[in-house]
Amino acid sequence: MSSSSETAQITPIAQPMLPADLVKPRMTLPRWTITALSVVVFFALWEILGRDVNPVFGSYPSAIFLAFIDIVRDGTLLPAFLESCKSFFLGYVLAIVIGVPLGLVIGRFRFAEAALGIFVTAGYAMPLVALVPLLVLWFGLGVAVKVAVVFLMSVFPVTINTWIGVASVPKSLLEVGRSFVAPGHVIMRRIIFPATLPYIMAGVRLAVGKAVVAMIIAEFFTALSGLGAIIINSANNFDTATMFVPVVLLMVMATGLTGLIGMIERRVAPWQSELSGRDSA
Amino acid sequence: MGQVAFAGVSKWFGVRVDGRMQGVQALKDISFTVENGQIVALIGPSGCGKTTALRIAMGLESASAGRVLVNGREVRGCGHDRGIVFQHAELLPWLTAEQNVMFGLEMKGMRGDTLRDTARRYLDLVGLADSAGRRPHQLSGGMKQRVGIARALAIDPEVLLMDEPFGALDSQTRETLHGELLDIHAGTGKTILLVTHDLDEAVLLADKIIVLRAGALQQTINVNLDRTGLDLAEMRTQPEFAQVRLRVWHALHGTPTGH
Repeated sequence: MSSSSETAQITPIAQPMLPADLVKPRMTLPRWTITALSVVVFFALWEILGRDVNPVFGSYPSAIFLAFIDIVRDGTLLPAFLESCKSFFLGYVLAIVIGVPLGLVIGRFRFAEAALGIFVTAGYAMPLVALVPLLVLWFGLGVAVKVAVVFLMSVFPVTINTWIGVASVPKSLLEVGRSFVAPGHVIMRRIIFPATLPYIMAGVRLAVGKAVVAMIIAEFFTALSGLGAIIINSANNFDTATMFVPVVLLMVMATGLTGLIGMIERRVAPWQSELSGRDSA
Repeated sequence: MGQVAFAGVSKWFGVRVDGRMQGVQALKDISFTVENGQIVALIGPSGCGKTTALRIAMGLESASAGRVLVNGREVRGCGHDRGIVFQHAELLPWLTAEQNVMFGLEMKGMRGDTLRDTARRYLDLVGLADSAGRRPHQLSGGMKQRVGIARALAIDPEVLLMDEPFGALDSQTRETLHGELLDIHAGTGKTILLVTHDLDEAVLLADKIIVLRAGALQQTINVNLDRTGLDLAEMRTQPEFAQVRLRVWHALHGTPTGH
């Protein structure tokens, strides 16, 4: 065999070693297409099956959409939505602003854990619905009571997750701080906080659902207003399709917000998804 | 400049056995000295107290009795005169290799251009100049440990304390890092206290081997291996290597050496 034919034989073997070919991922459906397909199937089934149900007992997507157009046109939806959003975001942001530092302190200091931990654990199980009338007495019927209800409902998952996060920071990483003579506040800011960030984000994510539920509860039990008022009023009129509009809207909003938090998480804690090897939705 | 002296160091731990607290003595009246520029290996089976001894020298734990002196000053807590390399590197996962090295330097108060330059210089020293921007999970076990060594060396400590730094690595990587550590030692003249359970590692790297058994100092063995210009394979062929290795082996197993 001549040397030229040997090189000719070697070339095709060397070809697949190009890095671009090696790093090419296996062909799989992207996650969002699976999710989209699943949502389409869900709405299709709901539409088909929902049409056979008495419109007082149930509704279906196209009827809900028409009701949605109606209440957008007559100008009830947008102000109600904004009204609800105001108390939602105020309470939710307040829960993060207070819950995260509280969780960090409880997780970090033995004294704080022993003194305050029990209230946080108990507070998480607080039957808030029962306390709303009391809160109304304290805060009146305005926006303050709604913010308070949203805050009380969402602060505990944030605090507890942060607390668990601090408790699970490996001792070995804290010893890195100690070994290089880092002061306590530097250990907190540069080791404990980043190590806890994935837990904090999980708590912030869980709190979205809690806050949405709290917002509607608050609107039911106080001065009827916002999306909660639309739900109650249409339910009282047996207008089930219109009642579903805010329900679906809130679920869409919560899902979108959760996705947004996931994106923020991948920005602020990119090592986490790389470590676990998951591309969370 | 760095000298470490253990002076009658003992350590008791409280351990809960069947619901009752029991005192366990991890170290029994340990005394030895690491002279300036020496590499001293603390060797012994797991649970013999060698890591505890190193942690006391670092200031991560306190001695129940006795004391450790570094350059004549008693160890009370951690200090920048000592740099530690952990068994599993313990890099901060959210920082790049360079930022991990910079972390130690920042704690020493270094800022600005000197900070980055120093971190680069030490990453270069351990052969990782090209991986400065990588995060720990993008590094192999050997590379992580190199960053750990760079982080400890960068603060320019008087003594380098190493806790089984190569114990979690595969044998080829370990061998490479042994060579690199000897080169770094030759270049910097750092005093090194090294904890290991690896007989060959102790004999190849150390000037003196302290054998611990059940918390007590069993034997001190001096190593007079000629390391100048030799690689690790060549060191292994020296009669001194085989003799010292055998003596340490006997000391570890509590059998008479026959000398």
